[in-house]
Amino acid sequence: MSRTHVTCVLNGDEIDFLCNDYQTLLSALRDELGMIGTKEGCGTGDCGACSVILDGQLVCSCLVFAPEVEGRRVETIEGLAEVDHLHPLQDSFLEGAAFQCGVCTPGFLMAAKALLDRNPSPTETEVRYGVAGNLCRCTGYDKIVRSILDAAARMSDPERQKEAT
Amino acid sequence: MARVFFPTSLQQLTGGLEDCEVEASTVRELFAKLEDRFPGIREQLASAAVAIDGDVVPGALLERLDPDSEVHFLPAISGG
Amino acid sequence: MTTTRTGYKWVGTRPVRHDGLDKVTGRARFGADYATAGMLHGVVLRSPHVHARILSIDLTEAAAMPGVKAIITGADLPDIPDETGTGSEGGINFRDLSRNILARDKVLYEGHPVAAVAAVTLRAAQRAAEAIEVDYEILPAVLSLEEAMEDDAPVLHDDLFTLGLDSPPDRPSNISRRRVIARGDLDAGWEEADVVVEREYTTKAVHQGYIEPHAVVAETGEDGRSTLWCSSQGHFAMRTYTTKVLGWEPGDMKVIPAEIGGGFGGKTTIYLEPLAALLSRRAGRAVKMVMTRSEVFRATGPTSGSVMRIKMGARRDGKLVAATAWMAYEAGAFPGSPIGPGVMTVLACYDIPNVLIEGYDVVLNKPKVAAYRAPGAPMAAFAAESVVDELAEELGIDPIELRLRNAVTEGVRAVYGPKYRKIGFVETLEEARDHPHYSAPLGPWQGRGVASGYWFNFGGETTATVSINEDGTAVVMSGCPDIGGTRAALAQMAAEELGIDVHRIEPVVADTHSIGYNDMTGGSRVAFAVGIAVVDASRQLIEDMCSRAALIWDVPREEVEWVDGRAQSVTGASAPLTLEELASGAGATGGPLSATVTVNPRGAGAGFSTQICDVEVDPDTGLVTVLRYTVVQDAGRAIHPDYVEGQMQGGAVQGIGWALNEEYIFDRNGVMENPGFLDYRMPVASDLPMIDTVIVEVPNPDHPYGVRGVGETGIIPPMAAVANAVYAATGKRMQDLPMSPVRVLEALSGD
Repeated sequence: MSRTHVTCVLNGDEIDFLCNDYQTLLSALRDELGMIGTKEGCGTGDCGACSVILDGQLVCSCLVFAPEVEGRRVETIEGLAEVDHLHPLQDSFLEGAAFQCGVCTPGFLMAAKALLDRNPSPTETEVRYGVAGNLCRCTGYDKIVRSILDAAARMSDPERQKEAT
Repeated sequence: MARVFFPTSLQQLTGGLEDCEVEASTVRELFAKLEDRFPGIREQLASAAVAIDGDVVPGALLERLDPDSEVHFLPAISGG
Repeated sequence: MTTTRTGYKWVGTRPVRHDGLDKVTGRARFGADYATAGMLHGVVLRSPHVHARILSIDLTEAAAMPGVKAIITGADLPDIPDETGTGSEGGINFRDLSRNILARDKVLYEGHPVAAVAAVTLRAAQRAAEAIEVDYEILPAVLSLEEAMEDDAPVLHDDLFTLGLDSPPDRPSNISRRRVIARGDLDAGWEEADVVVEREYTTKAVHQGYIEPHAVVAETGEDGRSTLWCSSQGHFAMRTYTTKVLGWEPGDMKVIPAEIGGGFGGKTTIYLEPLAALLSRRAGRAVKMVMTRSEVFRATGPTSGSVMRIKMGARRDGKLVAATAWMAYEAGAFPGSPIGPGVMTVLACYDIPNVLIEGYDVVLNKPKVAAYRAPGAPMAAFAAESVVDELAEELGIDPIELRLRNAVTEGVRAVYGPKYRKIGFVETLEEARDHPHYSAPLGPWQGRGVASGYWFNFGGETTATVSINEDGTAVVMSGCPDIGGTRAALAQMAAEELGIDVHRIEPVVADTHSIGYNDMTGGSRVAFAVGIAVVDASRQLIEDMCSRAALIWDVPREEVEWVDGRAQSVTGASAPLTLEELASGAGATGGPLSATVTVNPRGAGAGFSTQICDVEVDPDTGLVTVLRYTVVQDAGRAIHPDYVEGQMQGGAVQGIGWALNEEYIFDRNGVMENPGFLDYRMPVASDLPMIDTVIVEVPNPDHPYGVRGVGETGIIPPMAAVANAVYAATGKRMQDLPMSPVRVLEALSGD
């Protein structure tokens, strides 16, 4: 079977890979590119563990075919931190104990980033709806919601942002 | 002497006795003495969890008993 | 063991967890994240039928398909005697385990594995599995407890004779065991009672719902030695169980623990591990197997559905004087529901003199249940705590006050026998009563409920090693997978003992070839039991280092003390020696600094939780919304309060899901209709409020810092707390879970 050649911008870098037509973006990331930070929890778009940002839009990568990302921008958990410092969301999740087992964490971070990208100072309710597509079975969401609110506060406060790095 | 409590399911073997006192310094010795008194009980006890003073002790045969220890036989408990 | 003290430097603080960075950057490797070059992919062929005899399996076509390297069926697994394991494998029947892994003559639930295939690609393996021809003779199925317990019910196992009956049965049935707890004089008790409440309750099977599906990579060498990478709650148990059902030697298998993406009890047993190992041996290549979510629902977990009838009587002054409980739990296809802890915990919160509890373990054509957080206790508490609430109302006594008047305390004999040692149940009730939540105003269609719960907690076999590196940093090695922050808690206890910064300690979860045996991460045991081993190992190291300082200074050992991470001369004659100095010069004083401690500790302090729930009920739709929720729980001592709160919050929310939404739904043929997260509706962030926590600390005298397990207790009270709140809001007693909008609407329209 011939494989499809796909070129895209992944975490800021133009890359290319080969995949099968039926392969999902999730599978291409994990199995073709070795980027295992994006997780599969259900394969049907119900749990959000595979969340990535595609052209600025939060998507479940298990619901996107890999060839669909041709020419598009994909952001994954591996691109969230800078070389020498974490994204404020990552700092907040660490300091706020926003995860226990950690398997849903990459998906939550990407969903939270997509939320803060379009709404830098969400209310608690907006945060709860912003990550309502992501399942966490460990935390009861309390510390996740608090950490996202904390990250939003950090990002809008230059003093705290400096402190964090 | 250690005090041994029999669950309802074992009381057929003990003739309805709910508890008794046994001179034993380990669980193994306790089992042997119970078997002498209530033939067949050891086999029944093999599948029970042994609780000494309220603590379930897995593989308890060699466990030491204090003179005032209480021994219970409980269903196996698996945690989540 | 020393008693606890306050004023700790690390214990009770909230450092960033050591494995945190890997988990926020996507670098942490979970079960499905392992791969080896040239590995094969394995899939399972599962039964489409609920109950059927396997007449024949034809592999001819499948085996000839391109890329197929190995196929196994039940005939490839050894026969294992029908005996129940004892000791650390207490309660496991390996014959049943083997037959659950791969069916033999009969399939017993939809999803029961029939064959497994390994091929060069996942697709090739899937196609080959579809090409396997299985001829089934369909048998009548039993799908409910009521049906399964009838005298003329179809029988799942011809050799299953009920244990625990007054006289041995003369024919097989679906009831594997009856358990009875009796004490006092019931007739006298009912005589004394002024108020009696009797109700029947039902709950449905619910799944643990971990986000990470089961996954394993197995590689078996030409010499028969094998390596497993898998995500589980205990890699030593995975090795024991896997080698047992394969007839292999445990010493020939190394199990490397992956990070585990949630377990809640559901990853305390094996499913794919022996299949992958055997396929790998047959194919001579590594084999990876990962379940789909549908497979997780249909063939792993869940916990039991149940039917319970509870009757309780109280005097006018609120004293509970008599109680009976009749309980039947679904075990699934093989015996082994958590009915044992069910009967032991159902009335364990209260000191009731006259009691009869009767419990039944019942097999039926559904997936074999697995442990789920405080197995057996949550459904029992739903029933018992609903009755207590109703009694409180009839008596006109505040529900917390009624509980306080009957609460078990130190020295009281638990309903199942032993006397309680130091426990904090009363303290949780008092904290709940005094919490501002308990007296906050409520609006129309809003109501408040309270419930309590008890869990045993567990110690278990444990090995831990503490080693000092040449730079004065330390490694704390254990063999228990870290599901919720135990690496940090163990490092904190070592930091407290050694007197060094918690981030100069690296906590490691070692594989089966790198550390001595450890029981699973279960029974809320890690901070307790592994904590004891880590503290003891640290103290041994300190003793060793003080002796070495004495050697260096040429003074008696008594003249050296350990203060703030340094050996200090009590006379001040010599400058202190730091950990780094002692470690870098250790070669000259006796060799490297390392201590290993093994323990099997008694004294896991029992856990109690009391929870307050406010709900609002929408009378038009029946939707129940949780408005406010407070968990009060005795942790003994919270080593890392963030993760203690996390356990309390997570347990409460799983319980809220169990109360309001979650259930296995089967069609009339017994096929699960909702094997996915869309239709098996677990709580999401927008369903919930913040979950307030109050950590009560009644130190456990049998742990150096007073730790009690905290992982499980929190899931016990929620269903009753929610149901009691729904009653307060609507005047309707909900006796069947889940309290889904349809059921609530039905109850409301009953007027």
